Amino acid sequence: MTDNPTFEFAVRMGDNCLILGQRVSAWCGHAPILEEDIALANTALDLIGQTKLWLGFAGEIEGKGRSADDLAFLRDGREFKNGLLVEQPNHDFGHTLMRQFLFDAWHHPMLTALKASSDTRIAEIAEKSVKEAAYHLDRSTDLVIRLGDGSEESHRRMQDSLDTLWQYTGELVTPDAIDSTLGEQKVTPDLSVLKAQYSDYIISVFDEATLTIPTNAYMQKGGKTGLHSEAFGLLLAEMQHLQRAYPGVSW
Amino acid sequence: MSNEWPLWEVFIRGRHGLSHRHVGSLHAPDAEMAVNHARDVYTRRNEGVSIWVVKAGDITASAPSEKGPLFEPANTKVYRHPTFFDIPDEVGRM
Repeated sequence: MTDNPTFEFAVRMGDNCLILGQRVSAWCGHAPILEEDIALANTALDLIGQTKLWLGFAGEIEGKGRSADDLAFLRDGREFKNGLLVEQPNHDFGHTLMRQFLFDAWHHPMLTALKASSDTRIAEIAEKSVKEAAYHLDRSTDLVIRLGDGSEESHRRMQDSLDTLWQYTGELVTPDAIDSTLGEQKVTPDLSVLKAQYSDYIISVFDEATLTIPTNAYMQKGGKTGLHSEAFGLLLAEMQHLQRAYPGVSW
Repeated sequence: MSNEWPLWEVFIRGRHGLSHRHVGSLHAPDAEMAVNHARDVYTRRNEGVSIWVVKAGDITASAPSEKGPLFEPANTKVYRHPTFFDIPDEVGRM
């Protein structure tokens, strides 16, 4: 248990946005059509913008003079606290959208609840981010339904993606000591309430998308505490390469 | 893939009180996605408060070869421009 749970929470929120933003930005120039390419790049930029708010806030309350950039580019793997879901590789377009949907469906109600946080700085960041998250959720919901209930091939790919990614959703809605402490102080919402919202929403969407949630799947965990999957090291190496190779470089 | 999707013309209203203006076109499978695409492609820099999309095929256009009969007769009729009136300042944008 850390002595600064609010710092930990801000880092988790910021790292979720940063790592997903990094993953999604890799699509820039590679999406199946121009319109989706721009839409994905927009989403990535929104997420990186939110990262600056969360990690900037984290750096301030930590009080060691670390900026958002320092936290993003100069931490090692174990110090990143994003959920395992957002670091999963892109694979195909459908897989990327499924990952986005599973994140957005959690992110939007989370930010909505955080608008009522007893910590006014957190409430302000949530207020600013929630509109972007609402659009992300609209978009990924729409596309998951279209592709799930689309052609035989698109349905198969979406179902495969859901089967692969589902195991990484558990930790987003499972509280640990930090979540419980902050929940008691009304800094963050009760994750059991969020879990119910999350599951109601995705069940209704998957119903329309004719997709089936895997039953009795083992839920992975570890991202929140800094234990990441294999692909994470490569992501970090690419993201941090410039600052690691040329410390302090700027333009 | 984009070849299978119809073309849509996009109209954006910049702010309240102005009319929608044609800003460009895009591909989308239906109207709902055309609006989403228009939002992503054409309003990234805070350009709009309202979006219209119209299937390009649903627009009936005048033929370029008809240019003469359609437009030339208006050329010499300056009296059709309301330039002979003084517009009071309070009226604002016309």
